Amino acid sequence: MSERAVLPKMLEAGAFALELSGVSRRFGALAALSNVTLRIAVGERRAVLGSNGAGKTTLFNVVTGDFMATAGRIRFFGEDITALPAHERTRLGLRRTYQISLLFSRLTVVDNVYLACRGVSRRRLSLLRPRPSGPVMEQAFSILQAVRLDDVANVEVALLSHGQKRQLEIGMALAGAPRFILFDEPAAGLSPAEREDLVAVLNALPRHIGYIIIEHDLDVALRVASFVSMMHNGAVFKEGAPEEIESDPEVQQIYLGGAHA
Amino acid sequence: MSEFAGKDRIAARSVGRSEVGAGHALFGLALLAYPAVASDFFLTQIGGLSLIEGMIALSLMTLAGYGGMVSLAQLSVAGIAGYVVAILGHNDTGVQGYDWPWAVTVPLAILAAAATSALIGWISARTSGIYTIMITLAIATAVFYFAQQNYVIFNGHSGFAGIPAPVFFGEDWRAPVPFYYLCLFAAAASYAGVLYVRRSTFGLTVQGMRDNERRMRALGFSVILHKVFAWFLSGIVAGIAGVLLVWFHGRISPSSIDVAASLNILVMAVIGGLRHPIGPFVGALVVVLLQTFASDLVGAERFNTLIGLTFLIIVYISDDGILGLWRQFAPRFDHADRSAG
Ligand SMILES: Nc1ncnc2c1ncn2[C@@H]1O[C@H](COP(=O)(O)OP(=O)(O)OP(=O)(O)O)[C@@H](O)[C@H]1O
Ligand SMILES: [Mg+2]
Repeated sequence: MSERAVLPKMLEAGAFALELSGVSRRFGALAALSNVTLRIAVGERRAVLGSNGAGKTTLFNVVTGDFMATAGRIRFFGEDITALPAHERTRLGLRRTYQISLLFSRLTVVDNVYLACRGVSRRRLSLLRPRPSGPVMEQAFSILQAVRLDDVANVEVALLSHGQKRQLEIGMALAGAPRFILFDEPAAGLSPAEREDLVAVLNALPRHIGYIIIEHDLDVALRVASFVSMMHNGAVFKEGAPEEIESDPEVQQIYLGGAHA
Repeated sequence: MSEFAGKDRIAARSVGRSEVGAGHALFGLALLAYPAVASDFFLTQIGGLSLIEGMIALSLMTLAGYGGMVSLAQLSVAGIAGYVVAILGHNDTGVQGYDWPWAVTVPLAILAAAATSALIGWISARTSGIYTIMITLAIATAVFYFAQQNYVIFNGHSGFAGIPAPVFFGEDWRAPVPFYYLCLFAAAASYAGVLYVRRSTFGLTVQGMRDNERRMRALGFSVILHKVFAWFLSGIVAGIAGVLLVWFHGRISPSSIDVAASLNILVMAVIGGLRHPIGPFVGALVVVLLQTFASDLVGAERFNTLIGLTFLIIVYISDDGILGLWRQFAPRFDHADRSAG
């Protein structure tokens, strides 16, 4: 609630949800990210496109703190998080999904989401069973409804289809009070019908939640984002509205050059 | 697994998850009635001992089955409790033996065991898989040699003898029937505790660490804290068993906690099954029966061969010990419990 109240003020001030200035990340001799500068306004939804190995996932890893940046600064809602450990960034409201699902495969669907909700709330060591009517369980179930998994709530995750696992990834990112989410190729491997579901789920997210979505499929990306950043060789080389990007010759060059996953 | 098999399981799983059904009631009644038919020998040497060793194996199973951390040091943890009882309470060896009342020594013994277990958990928390096994094996070996070579505290090689079980409520609790019920009570309480806690918030976090430690960290959990607490709780179960074991034997020495005996605990847990807390008790019963009667069957010196063979056969034909076999032949049990992991 309080977040929504401060939102208009931040918009007025031209505040950014996420602000990267000159961020780099090296793996030995390889510059996976070089000098990336990126500004995303509060509530904005951005698509990041780029060929395989362009550095998109590395960008996410550096923002979440899974890897530390080797140079540059990162600000999250104005706060400098460059040196903050990953779990503290999570507590600030930053969430992500993984390109390859990282789920608790032998637990049930609802227990996966429950753990995600519990991770950012108190009493994590409680020896009591979660109350089905308690606030945390209730939140878990409302998330399951949002990602359309409520009818498989008590199923073991190992038994889910690929598409359901991708939805669960998204559900876990919605736990707690997310302010900004990084979606790493959520549509990868989905059927056309499942892609439609995904687009609907993303467009139904509360307006104050901004996100970056990595997506190879322009069709999906352009329907869920209002602005596009193109990456290549660890750098952002073009930004613009979807129409500009779609008709850009350089972009077509890279995309038609066989970089599709 | 095919789509269809998956759907069948889904249907079966999402209906009721009754954990304590008619099976438990019948089984519990049988255990309560056991003294009516069993001789003193079968009451203590088979019944009591299986329940005690089953608890130590349960302590291992909770860490391994729910946490993915295989510990070979849980017998050493139980041994700590036994030594505390021998040292602070009464013994006939003439070394140490402060004659403190059992109401003081027993809680201290259990606490010491749990704290030791937590310490071992902290030491091994950054390892996984085979490295956890190696580290805990090294710790078990170190505890054994330390106890054997330290005369001031542990009375070295000979250890302590003449450790009595307490007498209260007008009962000598080492007499066969009371001792059996004491073991049954402790085992049932541990078993029920594990059954409850596995679905508690904390229990779910432990299983989450087993399935995906990196994701747990990303969700905001302190993985090390949760691991150490899991080892602490598991140490309580091993500690209670350690107290009962020292009352059972009336003595304790380094040979009670040597590496071969520690491996036996792992054998029990694996033979029984690691996916449900009843497994360790089933495994303990099988091993105790083999230990007791193997000498009649194959001669005392071939006893380990027989255990080894049993182990190999069961691991070969089942994916989860005797419980795994049971699930294949009694599918209804499966639906109630597999999802708990
Ligand atoms: N942990 C790591 N250690 C070493 N090199 C890495 C590591 N992670 C990524 N890289 C390298 O950094 C570069 C960028 O990888 P990244 O995963 O960010 O690409 P991506 O744009 O997400 O590609 P894709 O579309 O295939 O997911 C690649 O060359 C990759 O091999
Ligand atoms: Mg990637």
